[in-house]
Amino acid sequence: MLFTLLATTAIGVMCLDDLFAAVMLSGIFSLLSASLFVVMDAVDVAFTEAAVGAGIATILMLGSLNLTSTRERGTRPTFQWIPFTVVLLTGAALVFGTLDMPHYGDPDAPIHHHVAPRYIEDSPHEIGVPNMVTSVLASYRGFDTLGETTVIFTAAVGVLLLMGMPRRGGNGGTQADDEESKS
Amino acid sequence: MKRHMTRHGILRIVAKLLIPYIFLFALYVQFHGDYGPGGGFQAGVIFAAGIILYALMFSLERALDVFHPRLMEILAASGVLLYAGVGVVCMAKGGAFLDYNVLAHDHHHGQHLGIFLVELGVGITVTAAMTSIFFAFVNRERST
Amino acid sequence: MNALGLYSYWIVIVLMMTGFYTVITRGNLIKKLIGLNIFQVSVFMLYISMGKVAGGTAPIYEEGIEIYSNPFPHVLILTAIVVGVATTALGLALTVRIQEAYSTVEEDAIHRLDNEE
Repeated sequence: MLFTLLATTAIGVMCLDDLFAAVMLSGIFSLLSASLFVVMDAVDVAFTEAAVGAGIATILMLGSLNLTSTRERGTRPTFQWIPFTVVLLTGAALVFGTLDMPHYGDPDAPIHHHVAPRYIEDSPHEIGVPNMVTSVLASYRGFDTLGETTVIFTAAVGVLLLMGMPRRGGNGGTQADDEESKS
Repeated sequence: MKRHMTRHGILRIVAKLLIPYIFLFALYVQFHGDYGPGGGFQAGVIFAAGIILYALMFSLERALDVFHPRLMEILAASGVLLYAGVGVVCMAKGGAFLDYNVLAHDHHHGQHLGIFLVELGVGITVTAAMTSIFFAFVNRERST
Repeated sequence: MNALGLYSYWIVIVLMMTGFYTVITRGNLIKKLIGLNIFQVSVFMLYISMGKVAGGTAPIYEEGIEIYSNPFPHVLILTAIVVGVATTALGLALTVRIQEAYSTVEEDAIHRLDNEE
């Protein structure tokens, strides 16, 4: 099943030493999760995850690998006892917590009973837009989307502050350039 | 120094064929977000992917000539301004902030107009932000 | 208690723990960011798998379809994905600046260089 393939890919990403291969494998991981989202009827989310996870995130990581180094050069062993025990205990506690959760696909789950039926019933009449996800995102919860757009803008501003604006016809910023402009 | 990949024949021809269709597909996803999967975020990222493909194939200098970094800065801010501006116009017409019902004569048309403008603002900001981030990463010279 | 009904949650827990282990044990900063990405995707999986309704379709209104999957988790996760990539981009920019300042992105080497000063 796709879920098992996803878990295997994640464990593979963790164990790899070569960062280039790890970044490529994480791109495959994003594409697998996008196909899982399609199977679970979340088409908008699958679209966004495929475009953003397998596209933008992969290319940004490759760009930063180009500027740093492509091999992991740490001296830590792969398997360490104390973190592994902590991870096992946390995982066991979480599994214990899921034992009384609603089953996959259950239509009587509490998540389907409060606000969601109102969105599903009223969205075609009140808003008239067939895609319910767009109507909730842009109209019912439009204020949250304004905040999200501001977050993207802030991230772009932050990266430009850290890395310098590309100047046409010259090199980009380097550490020597920044020190020159300070003095 | 022009770093480009145009001597790789297959890459060059396929990129030349694909890049216009990528932009067209991004516009389709933007404006059909109401009737199928899509919307501002997906369209913005696809448009940025087309720009990145162009910059990878035909050197970064040419991409910076076409998509000027200053323009990207201004576009990123104007997308957020468009979104908030729609909200303020709704307030000016008598409704609440981002209450699209007051934008047109009929509440259906008002919602359609409001969602259209708001998604356009989101798409513009996402395109400009992703492109700016990519250009900032790629333009940095290695110092070591 | 049907085991198959809870399988999706257990895979989510496996992914979450893989991401967590990567973040706490690996020294390379870029590997930590990749682990954080895996953790984020596991949280998305959790929400979307809770929103699925058996026998439903994608939440796009169509004449004649009665059961839709819940659109509300999709909206939350759409926002979360984009915010996730924004934080990843900022984290990578910081990593590049750390490389220029210390000539390494290994956490142990950075601590050693800091303690020597």
